[in-house]
Amino acid sequence: MKTVDKKEPKAELVQGNEACAAGAIAAGCRFFAGYPITPSSEIPEKLSIRLPQVDGVYIQMEDEIASMGAIIGASLAGAKSMTATSGPGFSLMQENLGFACIAEVPCVVVNVMRGGPSTGLPTYPAQGDVMQARWGTHGDHPIICLCPSSVRECFTLTIKAFNYSEKYRTPVILLTDEVVGHMREKVVYPEPGQYEIIDRVKPSVPPEWYLPYEDTSFGVPPMGIFGEGYRYHVTGLIHDIRGFPTLRQDEIEPFLQRLFRKISTHFEDIQMVESYQVEDADLVLIAYGCVARSAHRAMVEARAQGLKVGLMRLITIWPFPRRFVEPLTRAKKTLLVPEMNMGQISREVKRVNQGMTSVLTLNKIDGTIIYPREILARIREEMKK
Amino acid sequence: MIEDRPLIYKYLRHDKKFPHVWCPGCGIGILLGSLIRAIDRLEYTKDEIVLVSGIGCTGRLPVYVDFNTLHTTHGRALAFATGVKLAKPDLKVIVIMGDGDATAIGGNHFIHAARRNLDLTAIILNNSIYGMTGGQYSPTTPYGQKATTAVYGTVEQSFNISQLAVCAGAIFAARGTVYHVRLLDTLIEKALQKNGFGVVEVISQCHTHFGRLNKRGNQVEMMKWQRDHAVPAEKAKKMTPEEMTDKFEIGILVDREAPTYLDEYAKVRERAKASLPAPAESREEKEESDRREASDRH
Repeated sequence: MKTVDKKEPKAELVQGNEACAAGAIAAGCRFFAGYPITPSSEIPEKLSIRLPQVDGVYIQMEDEIASMGAIIGASLAGAKSMTATSGPGFSLMQENLGFACIAEVPCVVVNVMRGGPSTGLPTYPAQGDVMQARWGTHGDHPIICLCPSSVRECFTLTIKAFNYSEKYRTPVILLTDEVVGHMREKVVYPEPGQYEIIDRVKPSVPPEWYLPYEDTSFGVPPMGIFGEGYRYHVTGLIHDIRGFPTLRQDEIEPFLQRLFRKISTHFEDIQMVESYQVEDADLVLIAYGCVARSAHRAMVEARAQGLKVGLMRLITIWPFPRRFVEPLTRAKKTLLVPEMNMGQISREVKRVNQGMTSVLTLNKIDGTIIYPREILARIREEMKK
Repeated sequence: MIEDRPLIYKYLRHDKKFPHVWCPGCGIGILLGSLIRAIDRLEYTKDEIVLVSGIGCTGRLPVYVDFNTLHTTHGRALAFATGVKLAKPDLKVIVIMGDGDATAIGGNHFIHAARRNLDLTAIILNNSIYGMTGGQYSPTTPYGQKATTAVYGTVEQSFNISQLAVCAGAIFAARGTVYHVRLLDTLIEKALQKNGFGVVEVISQCHTHFGRLNKRGNQVEMMKWQRDHAVPAEKAKKMTPEEMTDKFEIGILVDREAPTYLDEYAKVRERAKASLPAPAESREEKEESDRREASDRH
């Protein structure tokens, strides 16, 4: 264990939701609009204390629809902005989430997953919103979704979420769950300067030359801020490079293609996984969120019993990190996907697999976390055949 | 008309976005004229104006003018505007909505925006129908009137938008019509000058749908109806409810002062900063308060 220098900040015992709020402040978030909902409420509570201290704004809106609208408005006026919610609220946010996608407005949406559908299980965990995070808002669109497994990661991935949103001008979803959100762990927050902060690129051309939705080599046009001299039109309609609504086929498709391309040409930057003892493994667990913790423990215990088990923990779940999962299928390793839904990520793994190897599932939807012993039992059942 | 020409060149995206989508004779263009005259007289710069709208015929208004323009989702214009104003209080944020936009799908946002008294100007064009989607009945379609989804006559009571604004806490509420253009200019100018949430309801005609379905005649007939049924607010006070049955008030209905949301939030910031512990002991205190908070909760 590392010895702690006395000058270093002391470790704190904090909750995932608190770490998420701290991460937002560290990332430069200065606007939060939200509506109370369990199990996410500690995030707005903390930010209602912190934001006015740093000249930011906390506002409690009349519902999640308005919250999502307000953070988009604030972002257009130059503030890094965020909202936090859980399943039912996330459903209400889908409408304006689509607006943020099409108008390319950076913002961060935290969804602390609870059991669903509908009001479901307000205080119990689940991972049922994986596909909603991908396809919840109507129409074809790309999205970035990150999934923390620890309290410290709630801090670091919140910063990452802001960075991606600013860099790619897109909403980013931080998909945590009730366990990670409410769990308390010892954390030493990194100091400012120890993490990267990315701000949106603003236009540098004279205002009369500015084309707000023009394609660039990076795929992301510089973003004009309201009140800074670059007057342009922001709309949820499909628009041309000047931002005005269009119905021309030669403008519609290039616009939508660019929306996808700005994400798909940067998979190497966006897709993150963490691999443990995958090299020599016969069976690899693929897990994310709180279940990745149980999976890690199950892997350690399986190794102790002489079973060659590895773990690939997904940190980015959308865009799905195919380039990491595909080599596992090529290497003919058996894959086991434990998750707290009826198989939302395992379906994605199977899609990547294309029959190369066997993909096993372990699904649990009773409102409790998947325990290491349950994963271990499944591993033994499979490997002792 | 002639005096408006320089304004058209000054404020309209005349070389970019025309012709517009509105039917000939629609009242939205008259409202747009009033709005840019008011903005010009008050000498706002184009850069400081943010024009926010929702969806519908009225929602298409911002695309034609050279401000910072934001065409949001249906009913949500006030929510977006709230974010814009709070993030950059120096901006003058004007929200343009239709009757369905503001009081049906956006009704909740409307009453809460009025309650919060954030410094926004909401202009609601009330043509008693959903025009863009083809003449369906809206929350302001009068009882018994026809629409494409109420061919037997609507059986719902209609909203009085200005009164709704007053009851929800708007510090300025006024009603005008597109017939009384001089009055409309004044009302919008006054609303823009208010420090707080101001509402201007603009009675307009949709001769294409409402007029046709209810045999109200063409746009001229419908504007004559506005002339004959509008009563100045002062005069209306002296009239009996019987005399007012088929009439409506125009003019300023409420004009008062109250601290705005930003005035109040400035106090929150002061209190928040005062509660910051001295740097040296911050961590200890924070831990202590966190422990207390945690034990409170169990």
